[in-house]
Amino acid sequence: MRAIVRFAAWIYAIAIYGFIFLPVVVLVLFSLQATSFPIPPFTGPSLRWYQAVLSDARLTSALVNSLLVAVLSSLASVTLGFLSAWGFARFVLPGSALLRGLITLPLTVSYLIIGMGLLVLFNWAGVPKSLLAAGIGHVVINLPLCFAIIYSQMGDHQINIERAARDLGAAEWKVLMMITVPVMAPAIFAGFFLSMTFSWDEFVISFLLTRFETTLPVEIWNLLRSGLNPKTNAVGSLVFAVSIVLVVFFELTLLRRKPA
Amino acid sequence: MSAPLVDIRNVSHRFGQLAVLKNVSLAIEPGSYTILLGPSGSGKTTLLSILGGFVTPSEGKVFIRGADCTAVPPAKRPTTTVFQDYALFPHMSVGGNVGFGLRMQGVDGATRAAKARDALALVGLAAAFDKKPHQLSGGQRQRVALARALVIEPAVLLLDEPLGALDLKLRRQMQDELKAIQKRVGTAFIHVTHDQEEAMALADHCVVMNDGRIEDEGPPERVYARPATRFSATFMGESTILAGTLAEAKNGIVTASTPVGPVSLPGASPAGANVALAIRPEHLVLGEAKGDVALGTAKVGDVVFQGSFKRVLAVSTLDPALQFIAKAPASAAVRAGDTIAVSCNAQDIILLAD
Repeated sequence: MRAIVRFAAWIYAIAIYGFIFLPVVVLVLFSLQATSFPIPPFTGPSLRWYQAVLSDARLTSALVNSLLVAVLSSLASVTLGFLSAWGFARFVLPGSALLRGLITLPLTVSYLIIGMGLLVLFNWAGVPKSLLAAGIGHVVINLPLCFAIIYSQMGDHQINIERAARDLGAAEWKVLMMITVPVMAPAIFAGFFLSMTFSWDEFVISFLLTRFETTLPVEIWNLLRSGLNPKTNAVGSLVFAVSIVLVVFFELTLLRRKPA
Repeated sequence: MSAPLVDIRNVSHRFGQLAVLKNVSLAIEPGSYTILLGPSGSGKTTLLSILGGFVTPSEGKVFIRGADCTAVPPAKRPTTTVFQDYALFPHMSVGGNVGFGLRMQGVDGATRAAKARDALALVGLAAAFDKKPHQLSGGQRQRVALARALVIEPAVLLLDEPLGALDLKLRRQMQDELKAIQKRVGTAFIHVTHDQEEAMALADHCVVMNDGRIEDEGPPERVYARPATRFSATFMGESTILAGTLAEAKNGIVTASTPVGPVSLPGASPAGANVALAIRPEHLVLGEAKGDVALGTAKVGDVVFQGSFKRVLAVSTLDPALQFIAKAPASAAVRAGDTIAVSCNAQDIILLAD
């Protein structure tokens, strides 16, 4: 009886992991296809489609755009998120709990709604569709995330550390740069890498807010309109690989915390 | 007499509706070791925060070296604080921590390192310069915090329950070192504690606080021997308290009627006043009435052997609400359940207004 239960548990676990990872495995596997269609039988392995991706100027420029948007929007998100977390943690503000709730609210709103809202707003304000507009959109979705991560790590213990620095003659900006930021570095890096991950494969907002120059997910979507081929698999695998790297950085910075 | 180093004038402070300091005035002399002693909630830590500049008082003024510092921020006043949790910078080395204040003053790296090493040597941690705070024990972190605060040569060093987190043995050891370091550097130390033994061991000037007020201040010997109020008689060391009314006062001798009968002692309060008579444990005599004031008999409730003496708690047979706290010699043959005579000498009784 117990053997049957254990067996069933194994089957269940394999089914769950298969359900989650099979699509990615299939994607990566057929990106190595040697022939022109990403369907069985597997004819690879071959790197020809990766070569095709990297020699496609549209895809590589979209890749560079994506990296640029991800890095810059994440820098902006983490800076603004840190400053607002610091403000909420260190100063008594009227309606603090309500305001904290409001700042994290975009986390619960769908990207489509945020993207549409920004589209309407930018239209009205005369901001053209561009990478900058998409980047601003990514700040809107990632700032709450950075705020939540950094705010959760800002303990009362650091208040006394900051006080000690002030007591020893440090001006406020020096306290921030020399004490608070280094002490909060793990949370700040974690916020940065998670923002990078989300910005990197974000589609809806970029789709709505860019026109000629666009990001990689939008370019992939353009590619998919002409049907599946191993090239889309290859570029998808590249996106996935970069995401994995970013998530690993995120995990490492958040988990490898120094003993206080 | 020269002007005091620190002059606290009529300081009151409220947190919202709660008055934590009520019209406190205090002068600190240069080079003195002042202890602010009181139970939690007595306002002693708030007073220290006001001195450090972390709290601006609701009313009153604080002068340091004659300058009005009431609203001067911590960075700009000649005080440094040793925090209860040490508040070392976890990402900097011990040397970086100690040198931080000098770095903020724009002192160059080489001078900074030399001074930081000197300060670390002063606290006996010369070898820890390159270590990180998390590699040190609690007692060592405490010393680093002390060196960090002393290296910029403040006019006043503020210590917020600096020994609170250490175990008893280490606390007594650090206590002796603190006193020695203070004597060596000559900086005025103001030290907050709720531990009366610490207060008696360290203070040149002991300030007993309760409920936002200063109950008593002076040399610890005086505060112990002749406490000014009932609170300081029971908080700074223990006392047996006899409540009474003065029945008679003439020729410098007063007679109080108490639950254990009339007690005569030297004093000058007017007849009719309600008084409290405080007697220190070492002044109560147990057994055959040897003292010149008989205090009736008492039933021994508890005898605690403490090495060099026995601490005896006994309840008066005349008034069950009256508890005697006595210190008997280690050889005394007192046992729980005994009924014994209690007496004392008139000049050892402390007369307090009630």
